[in-house]
Amino acid sequence: MTEALLKVENLSIAFKSRHGELTAVDNISFEMAPGEILGVVGESGAGKSLTGSALTGLLEKPGFIKSGQILFENRRIDNLPYEQMRRLRGLKIGAIFQDPLTSLNPLYTVGFHLVETIMTHLPMNQAKAKDHAIRLLTEVGIPAPEKRFEQYPHQFSGGMRQRVVIALAICANPKLIIADEPTTALDVSVQAQILRLLKTMSKEHGAAIMLITHDMGVIAETADRVSVMYAGRIAEIGPVASVIKNPQHPYTQGLMAAIPIIGHQAERLAQIDGAMPRLNAIPTGCSFNPRCPKVFERCYHDRPDLMTAQDSLAACWLHDKTR
Amino acid sequence: MFAFVLRRIGQSLFVMLVVAIIAFSMFRFVGDPVHNMVGQQTSMEDREKLREALGLNDPFYVQFYKFIKNAVKGDFGVSYRHGRPASEIIAERLPATLELSLVAVLFALCVGIPMGVYTGIKKDSILSKFFLTTSLIGVSMPVFLIGILMIWIFAVELHWLPPFGRGDVVELGKYWSTGFLTISGLKALILPAITLGLFQMTLIMRLVRSEMLEVLRTDYIKFARARGLKNSAIYFGHALKNTLLPVITITGLQIGTIIAFAIITETVFNWPGMGQLFIQAINNVDIPIMAAYLMLVSLIFVIINLIVDALYFWVDPRLKTGNVVARST
Repeated sequence: MTEALLKVENLSIAFKSRHGELTAVDNISFEMAPGEILGVVGESGAGKSLTGSALTGLLEKPGFIKSGQILFENRRIDNLPYEQMRRLRGLKIGAIFQDPLTSLNPLYTVGFHLVETIMTHLPMNQAKAKDHAIRLLTEVGIPAPEKRFEQYPHQFSGGMRQRVVIALAICANPKLIIADEPTTALDVSVQAQILRLLKTMSKEHGAAIMLITHDMGVIAETADRVSVMYAGRIAEIGPVASVIKNPQHPYTQGLMAAIPIIGHQAERLAQIDGAMPRLNAIPTGCSFNPRCPKVFERCYHDRPDLMTAQDSLAACWLHDKTR
Repeated sequence: MFAFVLRRIGQSLFVMLVVAIIAFSMFRFVGDPVHNMVGQQTSMEDREKLREALGLNDPFYVQFYKFIKNAVKGDFGVSYRHGRPASEIIAERLPATLELSLVAVLFALCVGIPMGVYTGIKKDSILSKFFLTTSLIGVSMPVFLIGILMIWIFAVELHWLPPFGRGDVVELGKYWSTGFLTISGLKALILPAITLGLFQMTLIMRLVRSEMLEVLRTDYIKFARARGLKNSAIYFGHALKNTLLPVITITGLQIGTIIAFAIITETVFNWPGMGQLFIQAINNVDIPIMAAYLMLVSLIFVIINLIVDALYFWVDPRLKTGNVVARST
């Protein structure tokens, strides 16, 4: 593997609350290679979006990084002062959010957004920035970019707006793009187009993408590797094909079994009993133990770290070789 | 947009008509103007003649028609007290009130908006809390009390500023006398303008603050941060502009209120404006002046609201859409 672009080491994110600290992301570690698309799946509240916010330095109070570090191009970025982190955002690390309808300021033209972002990061004057902006609009597949440049966000459809958002995210050629549920607010046919666009952009610009979603289909279609998160921890991480075809963690197995197969008649959808624990009631040992069909004694006492399980890494004692 | 403006103008005319009915009703039903105009020795026949001459014996609609016809020409009759046309007297006093109100509005906006932005951005800082607490005083203290306190502190105790009057004024042309061009005129403006605009200043500050807090939570601000924009661009370029719609609405309404509330401030500071004239007119039951004042103030209100509606279009491009789409297809 080439030199990692991003290294997250033992990252924990917590919230200060009246009842003390609540740990929402608990001691996670992963790496991303340049140009790689890493899918991050998990239920709501599993800590996916928080991880993404931490990478862009945009954790909102009262959330904070409790421990661990984030290395980007071998430089520690989790403790950078606001101004230095700001310069990195947009230039080296881009971001795309869930709702394209509300990601753009309704009072400014699309062109204004683009030119403003370009001139913040690149040494260009107004005219050059405009040329660059129109090139970007063409690149993300917006027809009649010269005309569209002058228009306001409300004159764009949802899919078109997400294309604009993508153009904004890539305008300074970032090395890493955090895409937080980029297709959730779009209808299915548009989703596919946006995903394809993301993939093309990743290839052409050599940008790595962290694709946060709760849709396994999106991951299967787009990502190279996938990380499955559960209750603030990584349950399993590995190449997409092996995680989907041959899941190693009982939680991932449950998730895969729950995906209905078209044409396959079943009385009920398979499901994982119970619900993800609340942050203030995470059980000791493995956090999945109340719901795990394969639970055994050790799961109640010790918390498993990621360990090798065939092609992937899984945080499950079933794969403990010393057992 | 053209249809919209036309509709608004129609509504404005209707409002003016209603105000005219009220102003006119004062003529007919409040007291007996003849009684106020003549001395005790005037005989009943003379009174009757005067009544006839003033047209007070005509039926209601004839009088109302005459009133409207004259009002459109700016003629509200002769002041009972001064014996000169009411509109002429009002016109003499108008510049003083308008200049005072203008400075008060500028003060309210130029101080209120930056303070609102600051308290919105740094909502937990000590200075913000200080601003918010003192603004409560501005909201809750009556205007005359603030005025008297200001006079006491800055004029009587510190001798910095004059306690009353307009200072020296310069005549500009035939109709306008201004206090902007002399030092004493400007100094005289400070205390009354602050007194008059203080309430609006705190109102605008609180409004901008709550709007800022609202806007800073939106996705496009989050995305603007993710794009790595500078804080100044985020706060002043993206956030402030989105808070402006309600600020424009409130400011528009408050300009009218400021002109109307000038009555109290003008009385406290002995400011030779319309408000003071109006108070005197009430004491003397000088109905033409009261009617003219009423009509003028409502005209100002209506015009400001028209301007405010037009400003919406300028600030928010979404309102123009219907029109743009219609033209491009």
